[in-house]
Amino acid sequence: MLEMIIISSVKVIVVVVAVLTCCAWSTWLERKVVAYMQHRMGPTLAGPFGLLQPIADALKLIFKEDLVPKSVEKVTFALAPIISFVPAILTFAVVPFAADFEFFGYQVTGIISDLNIGVLFVFAVTSLGIYGIVLAGWSSGSKYSLMGALRATAQMISYEVGYGLSIIGVILVANTLSMKELVEMQGSDSIWFFQNWFVFKQPLGFLLFLTCAVAETNRCPFDMAEAESELVAGYHTEYSSMRFSMFFISEYANMLAVSAVGATLFFGGWQGPLLPSVLWLLLKMFLFMFFYIWLRGTLPRFRYDQLMNFGWKVLFPLALLNTMITAAFVMID
Amino acid sequence: MSLDLAIFVISALVAVFGATMMIFQRNPVASVLYLILSLVGQAVLYVQLGAAFVGAVLIIVYSGAILVLFLFVIMMLNLRSSADLGEPSPPVSRFVKYFVSCLIFLELSFIIRESLGAGSTTSAGIVTMADDSFGSVESVATLLFTRYLYPFELTSVLLLSAIVGAVIIARRATEDELPPQPEKAVGPISQKTNEGQE
Amino acid sequence: MSSYLAVLIFIFAGTGIVLFTFFLARLLRPSNPYPAKTVNYECAEEPIGDSWVMFNPRFYIFALIFVIFDVEAVFLFPWAVAFGQLGLYALVEMVLFILILFFGLFYAWKKGALQWV
Repeated sequence: MLEMIIISSVKVIVVVVAVLTCCAWSTWLERKVVAYMQHRMGPTLAGPFGLLQPIADALKLIFKEDLVPKSVEKVTFALAPIISFVPAILTFAVVPFAADFEFFGYQVTGIISDLNIGVLFVFAVTSLGIYGIVLAGWSSGSKYSLMGALRATAQMISYEVGYGLSIIGVILVANTLSMKELVEMQGSDSIWFFQNWFVFKQPLGFLLFLTCAVAETNRCPFDMAEAESELVAGYHTEYSSMRFSMFFISEYANMLAVSAVGATLFFGGWQGPLLPSVLWLLLKMFLFMFFYIWLRGTLPRFRYDQLMNFGWKVLFPLALLNTMITAAFVMID
Repeated sequence: MSLDLAIFVISALVAVFGATMMIFQRNPVASVLYLILSLVGQAVLYVQLGAAFVGAVLIIVYSGAILVLFLFVIMMLNLRSSADLGEPSPPVSRFVKYFVSCLIFLELSFIIRESLGAGSTTSAGIVTMADDSFGSVESVATLLFTRYLYPFELTSVLLLSAIVGAVIIARRATEDELPPQPEKAVGPISQKTNEGQE
Repeated sequence: MSSYLAVLIFIFAGTGIVLFTFFLARLLRPSNPYPAKTVNYECAEEPIGDSWVMFNPRFYIFALIFVIFDVEAVFLFPWAVAFGQLGLYALVEMVLFILILFFGLFYAWKKGALQWV
């Protein structure tokens, strides 16, 4: 028992640190990619290719004064960044990050906790992500914050149903909710190592998942919550210093989390030839991240009513349709 | 086992503490937060009983959906502090409140005492499980779609009536705001610009 | 059971990291608030009125519809898992369930409850 707790704790710490590191360098990636898309250079001064920029940013933020406006509800204002951050990284507790491996004589599973309700856990954690935002907006007592929080929340709940339903197709094919089993099912020893990936069995489901994931994380073109031109910074307008950076990290952690879930459900997770399994997962995750950034560099923002209409009148019926079609196909098989 | 007991006691205490604080808080947003805390505690209890699915549903539906609705209502009415909640109720109705809650408490105590005799219990007060498949998603689904089919289908009718109710409330709300109030314009700016196009 | 323990450890670790960075920042950062700094941001003007005037009742309606379809999604998860064992029977049941709810969505749609403006 004690041994298991120690192994789990070590795994947890490694994964949390790895996720935070990925978050930090995702910000670098985003600035660099968007810059090149706009024929700029992006960060170049801190280290080679500006690679040390995230460290410089972190140092700057940690030395900044923490302003608390007098209109805020103090306790909720202080709790909101924590409530926003913890669900954001909690998804990684059920994402299989590597094949099982041996470490100094201990047999270690490549997942922190292989829940038999893994996919539902992801769904549950995603649904809790709303609170950080809504509490931040509410407790700030500022118009921009409240408006941003409300928009973000309404948008997230509109797309959350579609997000859940787009996964149902995969579960229908796989008949399991365990993330570990889902990854194992997608493995293949043949030269066509990707032949069992669920993305080929669920193309529509994947597109729906991708769209809902972008909306769920409040990213461009669904970034109404932080529409700078009208809402300043949305729900975290009144935050500064480390508290602000917690929201910032949460946003990237959320993106990484949906990337990891997408890679696991549709692209075989850590499965892949030659390279170590962890690298395969990271590669797939960062392809998703690149896609996110690409979208930001390319697309204009939706109008809010278009966004809500799209969620309820297009994505949701399509997701239901996908579920029914998949069920019929599974039936025939 | 001792760790099991510790987790049980802690999560049960958290659930009760959250529920109690929810009632005693005058700030409605804090009440909602305590209710979430209580629900998380309860979800842990369900997981310990082997009913992980019920625990997950508790989080998804209650914490993730219904409490968001509560928060929206609180925001819509702008209940910031105790001052917004109005006067405390008069002594007579307060007496009725306490009396009814005592009755409910007694009733619940009897039910729990009765039902405890039904299953065998371990020292931790955890009802021992029938078998491993108990509470798993598969067994819940099998029961739901065979034995409890009619309640399940009736649920959809219940949900349908909820949608209809929501829509009717929505229409009332929009009809109320039809005469435009320039100072208290609700909603984004796009509201005005698009009215002509519809 | 032990896998849920790992989730618990994860939650503690996550909270711990946030609290630790907050603590570290508190040690390092300056603190010099004066009245002008602690005013809400409103494009450098004095804030006018309450933040509340912006609430659109439609947010509430969307939350209500969301609750209903969230419940539906939750029913779909166990159905999808056990679908292999249950077969055609379950498919018919679920189609009926979804059709009834879809009628609700259609009703809301036609009555304009999903219309934002």
